[in-house]
Amino acid sequence: MSRKLPAKDVVIVGLGWTGSIMAYELADAGLDVIAIERGPWRNTATDYPPGYAADELRYRIRHDLFLRPEQTTFTFRNKMNQTALPIRSWGAFMPPNGVGGGGVHWNAETWRFLPSDFVARTHLVNRYGADFLPKDMTIQDWGITYDDLEPHYDRFEYLCGTSGQAGNVNGQIIEGGNPFEGPRSRPYPNPPQQQPFGATLFAKAARELGYKPFPQPSGNMSQPYRNPLGVRLGPCTYCGFCEWFGCGNYSKATPQTTILPALLRKQNFSLRDNSEVTRINLDASGKRATGVTFVDTDGNEWEQPADLVILSAYTIFNVQLLLLSGIGEPYDPIADTGTVGRNFTHQTISDVTSFFDPAKFVFNPFIASGAIGMCIDEFNGDNFDHGPHGFVGGGYMGQVQTNGRPIETTPVPPGTPAWGAEWKKAVKENYQSALKPGTGVHGSMYSYRDVYVDLDPTYKDRFGRPLARMTIDFHDNELKQNKFLTDKFAEIFKAMGAKQIKKEYRKGPYDITKYQTTHLCGGAIMGTVPGNSTLNRYLQSWDVPNLFVTGASAFPQNPGYNPTGTVAALAYWTADAIRSKYLKNPGRLIDA
Amino acid sequence: MRRVVAIAIAAATLCVCAGPSRGASSQDFAAVERGRYLTTAADCGSCHTTPGSAHPFAGGRPIETPFGVLAAPNITPDRETGIGAWTDDEFDAAVRRGRSRDGARLYPAMPFPYYTRMSRQDVADIRAYLDTVEPVHNAVTVNRLPFPFDLRSSMIAWDAMYFTPGEFRPDASKSKEWNRGAYLVQGPGHCGACHTPKTLLGSDESSKALHGSVLQGWTAPEITGKQGSLRDWSVEDIAAYLKTGHNKNAAAAGLMGEVVGRSTSHLTDGDVEDIAIYLKDLSGSAPGKTASPDKDVMNAGGAIYQDLCSACHRGDGKGVPQMFPNLTEVATVSAAKPDTVLRVIIQGAASVSTEKEPTGPAMPAFGWQLDDAQIAAVATYVRSHFGKQDSAVSAADVGRARSALAARVN
Repeated sequence: MSRKLPAKDVVIVGLGWTGSIMAYELADAGLDVIAIERGPWRNTATDYPPGYAADELRYRIRHDLFLRPEQTTFTFRNKMNQTALPIRSWGAFMPPNGVGGGGVHWNAETWRFLPSDFVARTHLVNRYGADFLPKDMTIQDWGITYDDLEPHYDRFEYLCGTSGQAGNVNGQIIEGGNPFEGPRSRPYPNPPQQQPFGATLFAKAARELGYKPFPQPSGNMSQPYRNPLGVRLGPCTYCGFCEWFGCGNYSKATPQTTILPALLRKQNFSLRDNSEVTRINLDASGKRATGVTFVDTDGNEWEQPADLVILSAYTIFNVQLLLLSGIGEPYDPIADTGTVGRNFTHQTISDVTSFFDPAKFVFNPFIASGAIGMCIDEFNGDNFDHGPHGFVGGGYMGQVQTNGRPIETTPVPPGTPAWGAEWKKAVKENYQSALKPGTGVHGSMYSYRDVYVDLDPTYKDRFGRPLARMTIDFHDNELKQNKFLTDKFAEIFKAMGAKQIKKEYRKGPYDITKYQTTHLCGGAIMGTVPGNSTLNRYLQSWDVPNLFVTGASAFPQNPGYNPTGTVAALAYWTADAIRSKYLKNPGRLIDA
Repeated sequence: MRRVVAIAIAAATLCVCAGPSRGASSQDFAAVERGRYLTTAADCGSCHTTPGSAHPFAGGRPIETPFGVLAAPNITPDRETGIGAWTDDEFDAAVRRGRSRDGARLYPAMPFPYYTRMSRQDVADIRAYLDTVEPVHNAVTVNRLPFPFDLRSSMIAWDAMYFTPGEFRPDASKSKEWNRGAYLVQGPGHCGACHTPKTLLGSDESSKALHGSVLQGWTAPEITGKQGSLRDWSVEDIAAYLKTGHNKNAAAAGLMGEVVGRSTSHLTDGDVEDIAIYLKDLSGSAPGKTASPDKDVMNAGGAIYQDLCSACHRGDGKGVPQMFPNLTEVATVSAAKPDTVLRVIIQGAASVSTEKEPTGPAMPAFGWQLDDAQIAAVATYVRSHFGKQDSAVSAADVGRARSALAARVN
């Protein structure tokens, strides 16, 4: 039996990037906001101080910052005719937990998507014809355009102090930036981070091959920065402990270093941490959310009533909460009906490790940050003619030097024994002269009819709720794309003078144990009409208009970039719609 | 004593003019507003509110003194347990003369030796404001001192020896701004309560006003601006520190973080600047290098510094403006007493978050990671290499600081 708490204007489920943005924006609009976070409170000096932030064993190997599968997990299978099993140790992606969410442990690679990404189906059908797309591919347009999102990308980049080189300011192409990017209204707030030797060499070779390399946009500070909320970040020290780690010296843009100090000063904001939301409550009509129910660490169940519910959890938990709360029609891949769980995607990542002459090349891999490197965008989205290649999609690729951490940075040339004295000798010889990009080929994953999320028929969590079940595999389109991109990537390392190159193509079946990225997307997608999407273009539930669902769960398919820039821009876009439209006239913002 | 009597007579006379009990009422908007501002400048709420309590001014916060612990009384207008039944005269006597309602003498934890520099009108306005706050029924047992300090009669001699009552008298040779700053520092701001060294009996060493002291495990550094530790701080630097808790040199944490958060950040830009103008004009003590610390200790300290401290404070110790203190300019680093340096290394410290500087960066604790000799080495290195203080910190000093901090509740 749950106890009822005093009603709030807004309840936010999950205080990661989007939860923090929504909380700030809605509290700033004068609403009484409470956030409910499954994990603990986290702060720089007390939770990941420089004294132990750089503990590779604790954070990288033992997953200290992440959700513990003992608390909750989900089940996985490749094919619809298989039986899914629960994931008991994270591998392919790292579900976040705690205040700041994935924003605490990201690399801070801060991209915008291409204008054509938002109209993917229309664009590709126009250029190549409908028959060019695989029959079971279910990509669709987002319902918004790049131009709609531009001011909100801008807000996020200025919130974060993103370090980068603009390639297109108001339509004018700028030398040294990404010439393929959509027009931005102004340059990045900070100059790019300094590039290590390997990235400089990569850029030189790429230029000689006719590409236009540019510095990766980084949420790690190239210089001290004060954001529009008055919150400050310190300069990055290039320590190389970003992804999987919290930043010990306030240099990485996270909710903690950009929003929370300003949010916590607001008297109309409060937070309950260590509290897991178990369902969104609806009134008798099923068309209105009345709040949420959550359970604290004592096992007490509480009801938090609210006029507005913002679901800001990690992708798969957003989908699971919708399914468990009976909001929207569950997706049925056989009948091809329903939307909740549909168009679930991840990423198609691969890498190339190259070995150079140790007498001539010293790369110092430990000079690193989550997002320093030189990238090219020639093979992303539809920046190149896919006609001759027989696939769609693409990705950026780059020599991004994220770390030289000792446990995982042991590149050895093919043919080296896997252990023993020879292996040790090879590690020693190659540590300084091998390049293993932290992000190599960052490929898209498009959506398919048989890749989705639903509720598992067998496995349940500690509350007796069905776990979410993911059914996911690579399709030929993505494997072809990856082969093509990986070969192109390797050519650049060859041109740099590598004496040996190891290509690690992404191969099927989709493997839950091998890390790619934490970019699970889709399942509660945005779109143009209720029949093809769970949310309208403002991330508002078509079925329950006082519910908004933020995060990458709204992506109809996953383009070839890291998603956080777009996830956050969408949150600002949604907050803006709530402030300027919904609050004046609560109800559906789009007529269905 | 004669001056006390004179003031008492003057007060009595004024009282007759002003009416039997009240000088200003809560109806008097201007008085309430002025009183609210002075209450902030005097930081009454800091002691008279239990931290974290939803009831400002309801008292109960333990106040440490060198002689034991007192609890701050309830100063809400509750008639039974607060000051609701007090007359303005009684209130004025408490604030400016250190006399309780029953005539007993207050302990100088209540900074009446400073508040006496305020005018009767100032205090009447504070009273007018306090009359408007929520009355809270909260009986506080104030006196928790051990014998013989629990005897308030012991204060008779103290008052006679150390208490110089009397309003602030402007110095005609100085500017209006200087005089306003002097009034705020010497009067409501009661800066000397922490920053002036104390005699054995807890009174100010008045010849060394604002030369620095130690209390509650923190160094209250010298804050004189001519040749003291604020020598290289500009008026703007000092004003920014008071207003925002941060400047290009330092960050307010601990007790000073509270002072900034509750009091000085709410003062007008003009007032914090006037305080800065006054402090910059105070001579203070000349810095003096004493002895050079041991080379091995400096080498070890330097290595620890590069390893654990330089990510934020940078290799050159200059930190990041408004975020991480510049160790060459932080007053507590160069202070004779290393209490703050040791405390923040051992326990860490969060700097204050203010409206203008909301970040509030925090220094992590290193006490779990470094042993006493290592902390001594890095503290010695920081004080000598970056600061202006060459007296070494010993491992035994660190051990004592560690035990003292472990015993602290705040």
